[in-house]
Amino acid sequence: MAKNISFTLKYWKQNGPREKGHFDTREMKNIPDDTSFLEMLDILNEELINEGKEPFVFDHDCREGICGMCSLYINGHPHGPATGATTCQLYMRRFNDGDVITVEPWRSAAYPVIKDCMVDRGAFDKIIQAGGYTTIRTGQAQDANAILIPKEDADEAMDCATCIGCGACVAACKNGSAMLFVSSKVSQLALLPQGRPEAAKRAKAMIMKMEELGFGNCTNTRACEAECPKNESISNIARLNREFIKAKLAD
Amino acid sequence: MWLCNSSIGRKVVMSVTGIALILFLTFHMSMNVVALISGDAYNMICKFLGANWYALVATLGLAALTVAHIVYAFLLTMQNRRARGNERYAVTVKPAKVEWASQNMLVLGIIVVLGILLHLFNFWYNMMFAEVAHISVPHDPADGFAYIKDTFACPVYVVLYIVWLVAIWFHLSHGFWSAMHTLGWNGKIWFNRWRTIGLVYTSLLMLGFLVVVLAFAFGVAPSLCCAA
Repeated sequence: MAKNISFTLKYWKQNGPREKGHFDTREMKNIPDDTSFLEMLDILNEELINEGKEPFVFDHDCREGICGMCSLYINGHPHGPATGATTCQLYMRRFNDGDVITVEPWRSAAYPVIKDCMVDRGAFDKIIQAGGYTTIRTGQAQDANAILIPKEDADEAMDCATCIGCGACVAACKNGSAMLFVSSKVSQLALLPQGRPEAAKRAKAMIMKMEELGFGNCTNTRACEAECPKNESISNIARLNREFIKAKLAD
Repeated sequence: MWLCNSSIGRKVVMSVTGIALILFLTFHMSMNVVALISGDAYNMICKFLGANWYALVATLGLAALTVAHIVYAFLLTMQNRRARGNERYAVTVKPAKVEWASQNMLVLGIIVVLGILLHLFNFWYNMMFAEVAHISVPHDPADGFAYIKDTFACPVYVVLYIVWLVAIWFHLSHGFWSAMHTLGWNGKIWFNRWRTIGLVYTSLLMLGFLVVVLAFAFGVAPSLCCAA
């Protein structure tokens, strides 16, 4: 049975990347615990708008865990306390009556705050532009079985491809490193024969772009894989290291 | 040069120097254990590794490895702090699978460096350095056995050395598999293998050092009663 809970919400307000931010606090009363976290924030915003106040800004889009648009650092966890789930898949039944719920933006130098908890994650798009693709001569699609791919490789590549690029890995990392994202995006192509011709070029281009955008150096703390809503594994990072080192030694 | 201007390259430097230092520790531990068995045999090793050209060259190489490891550690940490941004999280939770050591490698490293300085003052200064610089020291520079007895007769040094060994254990408990991971020799299966190998190896290594410290602290080393 659904029940209602009341709690204290502390949420981050910030007007722009260079402005000083602060927490606003609000008592949320009688929120049904089958409300999703984002719906709870919608309730907050309705209350704020009705009072003539400025609404709280946060990112969201599909609300079904596949677009990678929602973010929010909730009670010390990117995407909140649930594992293997995004913020939009988080429900209020995870919280108790009387809790203090702290909502912060992704904090990283590479993710400047646009407004409140909305941050600019365009850096990930730039990394993808640097090499996260395959160059393919278009034309008639060839027969699907012309290139045989072992089932394990196809499955592993698919697991890597489930990374939605939300940036939780960067938010969780004490070093602000984007290695879990970059390694998943390198792996999804490196594991398949279609991705091999450009594998060396891709690893080098994406790593150097990551470097240029000011992400930190991975120290293998595993915080990223613990918080990743898509359960990406740091074995991807080992694969990226391998691809990059091999590419550099072959130069 | 990719070893300086790419993050993986810088980490490769950390990994390779780290592994080299683990090999050095292995070598060092093997020699220490000799002191348990025979003072004379230990002093033979001390003479062999005294102020000879090959020992001096190896010492310089070792110093270079250590300095590279430390310089890169500070460089990487500075870059990582900058990448994290100015604003810190108000609430942080360490996920269960995150090892404490993995997030505190620099702090552990600083404790290790302080231990190294103490160790150089206790032994190296009185042995190799004294021989090269012709300083007069309490015992013959090649009489390493006498320095072991002197140092571990003092309980303060014993405690400091144990703290030092524990810090190295924590540092390597993360450093060992992390080095393999950075060099790309890891995956879903090898992850647990490397972690286990690393923990067992590090524990044996540190136990080897610890046994010598404790044996001399309590005066129960076999070499104390039989040989001398």
